[in-house]
Amino acid sequence: MKIKSERDFWSGIMFVVVGVIFAVGATNYSMGPACPPNDPCAANLWARMSQLSAHPGAGYFPLGLSVLLVLLGAVVLFKSLTIESVGGDPIGGFAWRPLAIIVGAIVLFGFMLERFGLALTVPVLIIISSLAGDEFHWKGVLLNAIVLTFFSWLVFIAGLKLTIPLWPAFFG
Amino acid sequence: MDLIHNLGIGFGVAFTVQNLLYAFFGCMLGTLIGVLPGIGPTATIAMLLPTTYALDATPALIMLAGIYYGAQYGGSTTAILINVPGESSSVVTAIDGYQMARQGRAGAALATAALGSFFAGCVGTIIIAAFAPPLTELAFKFGPAEYFSLMVLGLIGAVVLASGSLLKAISMIILGLLLAQINTDVISGTARYSFDIPQLTDGIGFVVIAMGLFGFGEIISNLGRPAEHREVFTSKVKGLWPTKDDFQRAWPAVVRGTSLGSLLGVLPGGGALLSSFASYTLEKKLAGASGNFGKGDIRGVAGPESANNAGAQTSFVPMLTLGIPPNPVMALMVGAMTIKGIQPGPQVMTSNPQLFWGLIASMWVGNAMLVILNLPLIGMWIKLLTVPYRFLFPAITLFCCIGVYSLNNSNFDVFMTAIFAFVGYAFYKLSVEPAPLLLGFILGPMMEENLRRALLLSRGDWGTFVTRPLSSGLLIASALLIVIVTLPSIRQKREVAFSEE
Repeated sequence: MKIKSERDFWSGIMFVVVGVIFAVGATNYSMGPACPPNDPCAANLWARMSQLSAHPGAGYFPLGLSVLLVLLGAVVLFKSLTIESVGGDPIGGFAWRPLAIIVGAIVLFGFMLERFGLALTVPVLIIISSLAGDEFHWKGVLLNAIVLTFFSWLVFIAGLKLTIPLWPAFFG
Repeated sequence: MDLIHNLGIGFGVAFTVQNLLYAFFGCMLGTLIGVLPGIGPTATIAMLLPTTYALDATPALIMLAGIYYGAQYGGSTTAILINVPGESSSVVTAIDGYQMARQGRAGAALATAALGSFFAGCVGTIIIAAFAPPLTELAFKFGPAEYFSLMVLGLIGAVVLASGSLLKAISMIILGLLLAQINTDVISGTARYSFDIPQLTDGIGFVVIAMGLFGFGEIISNLGRPAEHREVFTSKVKGLWPTKDDFQRAWPAVVRGTSLGSLLGVLPGGGALLSSFASYTLEKKLAGASGNFGKGDIRGVAGPESANNAGAQTSFVPMLTLGIPPNPVMALMVGAMTIKGIQPGPQVMTSNPQLFWGLIASMWVGNAMLVILNLPLIGMWIKLLTVPYRFLFPAITLFCCIGVYSLNNSNFDVFMTAIFAFVGYAFYKLSVEPAPLLLGFILGPMMEENLRRALLLSRGDWGTFVTRPLSSGLLIASALLIVIVTLPSIRQKREVAFSEE
């Protein structure tokens, strides 16, 4: 079997996998009340389904959605294997460097802000995220860091009065 | 006449010095933040929401409305100047607007966008004032089944005119609906998909998703592209005003865009986005061979810009009358109203007429202020954007981080955003659009609640959605929309229209 459209192939896989995960999760939650004794729903699946629909539980909607997503994902997947696309619609190379640096910078920001305060966190964030670009000049980056630190203090702490710590926690 | 009487109340509220000031502040803040590339109205409002906490309900909403218009205009500014649309509905503005900027006619493009938006805003305000009361009447007839069907129509409407594969767009809606299932079930109180993480039992904040998918996804994909693709053409801006010829060509486009936008904006689910796409397609089709769309046709700026402003305006209608937020921005407005102790819905108009009509009037005031504020400032915006991207993107990263943190003062939200930044880049690489996901995410909890209520009322009979006339009408309309776009002849045109862009 040959993949005719790489992007669609992986999109299809993504939809199916996420759908399955949510469907499995949904089985942990109640679909609805249990079948009462001597009711036709015990023997007949159709009757059981309409009995559940009358009192849908917490798992009812997510399970339905997951099944739908798996089906749609399967169609996307099927089309990606059967319908020709221009040049195979390749995904192309990943920009790993900017991806890793930006995501890392966000995580670091979340970790630092409450512990070290805005005054230290902002310059660190600016310097690290600047590494993601193709040009990096210490002078420009440091200037940018200083300007933005002052600007965020002015706008977010002095201006908007957000409760963001300015100095590291150990300064009291 | 009721309309005039009601607008009278509204302008009485809007024209107090205090409220005028808040509208002005809102517009200014909105424009200032919205003009930062990568920060659209949603992110702007999310960041500025805390500024309104101290205010009363009416000035708070007036200020938020101002921020909304300002941010929207700011988004168009960056779309025209540096080809970075601040939000999905100015994506089409970027096509011809950016080309105009490259030809040194950025001033004309910006002025056309501002004037077209103002015209659309005036019409939109009148439409809201005229149609809100009858729609509110209708809203009282809406049961859970109707609400559910209306949301189906809104979601379908949002994807049919979006670019790319319809199938993938619908899958993304469902993915969004599923992500919204990470919460505490309102009916049974069960925490779902929370993995025992307390923060997840309240659900993921949609600003977190929006910032991650749009803000950071955009930055990372921008950085992954070679530098020449994000050139800025600011050196040779000449002449602020459109020429007489421009005016003649732009006028009809503005009027058409406004009518389209006013109609489509009422649909829940991204009225502004839908109408700007529809308007661009319409203009392109009407112009035929005489147009040079994609190469800087002024009609490609005038039409969609008016349409998205009219759509943005009338998208207040479902929020004000039904309490359904049709887009992320409206969801934040609903949030703000709830914080102020006002339950959005059809009763707002009768219980808080001052707020209701004041808000409508201040929409017009906000639009007028934008023109006054922006026409002289166009030169300044252009200067602001000469800042090289290598200084800009760390700044955007910073503002997004602070914005997310300040939502709940929680670093958990920041970590979640990091995850969605990664997901956003993956979506970009797979060319699946994140906008439908966000809409599904917003409407998810409401859809579920109404679906389950409708089923409870009908004792499990799914037929209730087709046997109730209003509900079945809405569902038929959604089915028609899907049929229409999948017809071979239209599908071809749709693909052609988007491939050329």
